[in-house]
Amino acid sequence: MVAKFDLSDDSVVVIIGTGAGGGVLANELAQKGVKVVALEAGGRYLPDDYINDEWDSFGQLAWTEPRTTSGDWRVAKDFSGLPAWIVKAVGGTSIHWAGASLRFQDHEFKTKTHYGNVDGANLLDWPIDPAELAPYYDKAEAKLGVTRTGDRPGLPGNNNFKVLEKGAKALGYQDVNTGHMAINSIEYDGRMSCQQTGFCFQGCKWGAKWSSAYTDIPRGEATGNLEVRDHCHVARILHDDKGMASGVEYFDKDGNLQMQKAKIVCLAGNSIESPRVLLNSHSAMFPDGLANSSGQVGRNYMRHTTGSVYGVFDKPVKMWRGTTMAGIVRDEARHDPSRGFVGGYELETLSLGLPFMAAFLDPGGWGREFTSALDSYENMAGMWIVGEDMPQETNRITLNHEVTDAYGLPVANVNYTDHPNDRAMRDHAYARGAAIYDAVGATRTFPTPPYPSTHNLGTNRMSEKPRDGVVNKHGQAHDVPNLFISDGSQFTTGAAENPTLTIVALAIRQADFIADEMSKGNI
Amino acid sequence: MATKVGSKGLTRRQLLARATAAGASFVVGSGFMAARDAAWATELSALKPTTFATLVQMARDIYPHDKIDDQYYVLAVKGYDTADAAPEIEAGIAALDAAARGKGFANYLETGWERDRVDLLRGMEESPFFQKIRGGLVTGLYNQKAVWPIFGYEGESYSKGGYINRGFDDIDWL
Repeated sequence: MVAKFDLSDDSVVVIIGTGAGGGVLANELAQKGVKVVALEAGGRYLPDDYINDEWDSFGQLAWTEPRTTSGDWRVAKDFSGLPAWIVKAVGGTSIHWAGASLRFQDHEFKTKTHYGNVDGANLLDWPIDPAELAPYYDKAEAKLGVTRTGDRPGLPGNNNFKVLEKGAKALGYQDVNTGHMAINSIEYDGRMSCQQTGFCFQGCKWGAKWSSAYTDIPRGEATGNLEVRDHCHVARILHDDKGMASGVEYFDKDGNLQMQKAKIVCLAGNSIESPRVLLNSHSAMFPDGLANSSGQVGRNYMRHTTGSVYGVFDKPVKMWRGTTMAGIVRDEARHDPSRGFVGGYELETLSLGLPFMAAFLDPGGWGREFTSALDSYENMAGMWIVGEDMPQETNRITLNHEVTDAYGLPVANVNYTDHPNDRAMRDHAYARGAAIYDAVGATRTFPTPPYPSTHNLGTNRMSEKPRDGVVNKHGQAHDVPNLFISDGSQFTTGAAENPTLTIVALAIRQADFIADEMSKGNI
Repeated sequence: MATKVGSKGLTRRQLLARATAAGASFVVGSGFMAARDAAWATELSALKPTTFATLVQMARDIYPHDKIDDQYYVLAVKGYDTADAAPEIEAGIAALDAAARGKGFANYLETGWERDRVDLLRGMEESPFFQKIRGGLVTGLYNQKAVWPIFGYEGESYSKGGYINRGFDDIDWL
């Protein structure tokens, strides 16, 4: 029996966003008997609805409301209105994600300690110790059914992986496998195993990949403690005269402004929309935005040091066949400043279909250099670089008052400029990626620039001291004790790993904390 | 609304009979045009035939694939043949022809070598007109399902059961 709560019910926890962070938190709280209203800007789409077609799927799932960009990153030039490729739907970007589920390396929780002072970087240690998060990583891996953890076997390697593996091993890399993937290699948790269909980014039509859309959300609803309201676009979080969060204003599916009262508010709208909501929630008491006494809301936006390397061979690869990202080289993920940069990067298999390859291989490119590459599409292999980028205070989300959305709210501007460390890392990764393919006989390689961001991190970061960040080690706002951040925006630093597993682990941990604090009467 | 006229509806001789030659690649008539080899034909509602022929050549010069037939480039730019879009397209193509004349050619279409046409395009690469045409082609050309097999791309696979039994790991040359 799906719950239905009254707008005036001020005993509920209101969660904004239903992706890997918000969707998991909603279910975990509902399982503990906490009443939850989850507000989701998008609609409901399940595996039967997903589309094996890149542009059609993009039209179905992507967040395409206006955003603006600035800074020297190439995305601002090539995709000025699309800084991020993330999803607007019940389940959020957990529908689109590739499934790569890696734990952070221990030192990545303490980058200030291990990397030291890096000019221009706003490095800070996480206020969490790796040992503290380890049991929650265990729970997250079990929830998502991550391969190569527990007793779950790895996925089989597809053609694209075999090319990567052979080249990487020829160069002496050791830590090469088909990845830790939240994609079933065997039937698990009522979901079937991967059918090697490709189109992982377009939503898994078999449900073999974990998404909160068809796991945590329906399970939370089945408890009778969770009401998910879709097509509800949040405008602002309200507070009372004591400075405590008191409710959430949103536009419902008919465009009418509603207000849901709340005991606790949890914000999980991703690292672009979450700070936007806080900044749009400014008031006489909080003139710079809610929870922003540090001035850090929106700052330290991170998106990983990314890029791709595609290699062309004299024979077919058909890289689009099979699991998109089940392939990884981890040897470069270590922190080894002798390479000329701090932090490290992962190399992971990646493929795009022909339509997206045309859009992203060399955005703006044309002429025979470009088209002769596409002529070899069938003979291409591809990999993605995922590296730790430096947090910088000036890389930030701000409100653009010149541009408003359909509801008249100022949109987010995303400003990003690479740090010299990011550029050094990317250049190193481009060279190593090309060397991997050259070792297998590539006739051409392409150092492809970053796509619109899928890993959006850090804009409401955790800090031990209130002056250094927005939330504490539980994701609880330093300034507003009944306001929580429950998505990747709470990341203090980005690490080299795909972020979803850590977002899920933090959400499970946060649910424990919130339920405990509620039972103690602290909030 | 103008209807598309396919080459199957007319004999090659009929096509040639009602057409007048204009340009390197096309036989163009009044409001109607066809490829010289009758591989495709289309009816125009707003653009001048020579303008459309030049636009198709421009599209091919931006994204040249020798294995892709003209019909796909025609389809990729046919959407500009509307009363709303036509003025900007006519002006853009007129500028392209003017640039060609400035380099001593009769017009863009009659500039014989691709490298010379590409030089003309490079000269207007930053213009809104060029960027509009190029940007539109990214989806207009490459998102045509009919061109995917020409590149070997197989498209949708769910209805076929994915590739688990259809060669996801069939690479044999490593």
